[in-house]
Amino acid sequence: MNPLQTYLMIAAALFAIGFAGAVLRRNAILMLMGIELMLNAANLSFLAFARHGAALEQVNGMVFVLFSIAIAAAEAGVGLALIIAVYRHFKTTDLDHVNTLRG
Amino acid sequence: MTPNLFILALLVIGGAAAAMTLRNLIHCALALALSFLGLAGLFLHLNAQFVGFAQILVYVGAVSIVILFAILLTRGGDTQEPPLPKKGLLAGGLITVGVFAILSGGIGGSHLLPLVHPSPPAPSEPTVAEIGKVMMLSCVVPLLATGVLLTAALLGALLLALKEKQTEPPSRP
Repeated sequence: MNPLQTYLMIAAALFAIGFAGAVLRRNAILMLMGIELMLNAANLSFLAFARHGAALEQVNGMVFVLFSIAIAAAEAGVGLALIIAVYRHFKTTDLDHVNTLRG
Repeated sequence: MTPNLFILALLVIGGAAAAMTLRNLIHCALALALSFLGLAGLFLHLNAQFVGFAQILVYVGAVSIVILFAILLTRGGDTQEPPLPKKGLLAGGLITVGVFAILSGGIGGSHLLPLVHPSPPAPSEPTVAEIGKVMMLSCVVPLLATGVLLTAALLGALLLALKEKQTEPPSRP
């Protein structure tokens, strides 16, 4: 296994764990944590391709990851504010109990 | 796989698995921070110093603490989750293994990856000045758009988390 594949395997495992957590855990904060893990797996594969892939310049991959980190930070801020607003309304963050719109 | 890479991978994957399976929410957030720290180590291992330290600053320093704050604000004193049912744990394991199998099948079966030079010569580490040049010259529009996005997200988060006004029906005289 060449180094690129090793890093991609680590990123795949991280993505799989984050996906299972985001789908299965019923707490909104834990779901957001799963989404963060998936985003980080994507960042890891960007950097692995930049370092070990056929990229001409390593800088491009790093710039990509910096933008991705900035957007993930914005997403985490808005997501947590949403969770606090939901908690204030429903007095819970359990997603099974937030079902007003269910038909 | 070198030993230090193995240790870092263990830290990342073990921390992530702990964050997704533990019962106490505080423990989950701390395990997540540990996983992010290991990821920063992997970034340093990939010859990306600036991104690695940005990862520590943003994720370990800011996002984990914001998540901890959110847990404390939404729970009061009680941070214990109901225990994960056996069926849920089984389904989680199945989903994890399935997604990982699909992804690793794709990685192993790719025709492009073997074409990559097996052990490229270590390129000179891109300096912060080079990153800044790329960002300010060829990526200046996305950079500005990111600034606008961050401002909008900050204002939106503030508006969402503001205390709701008590909307009383106007009292009739």
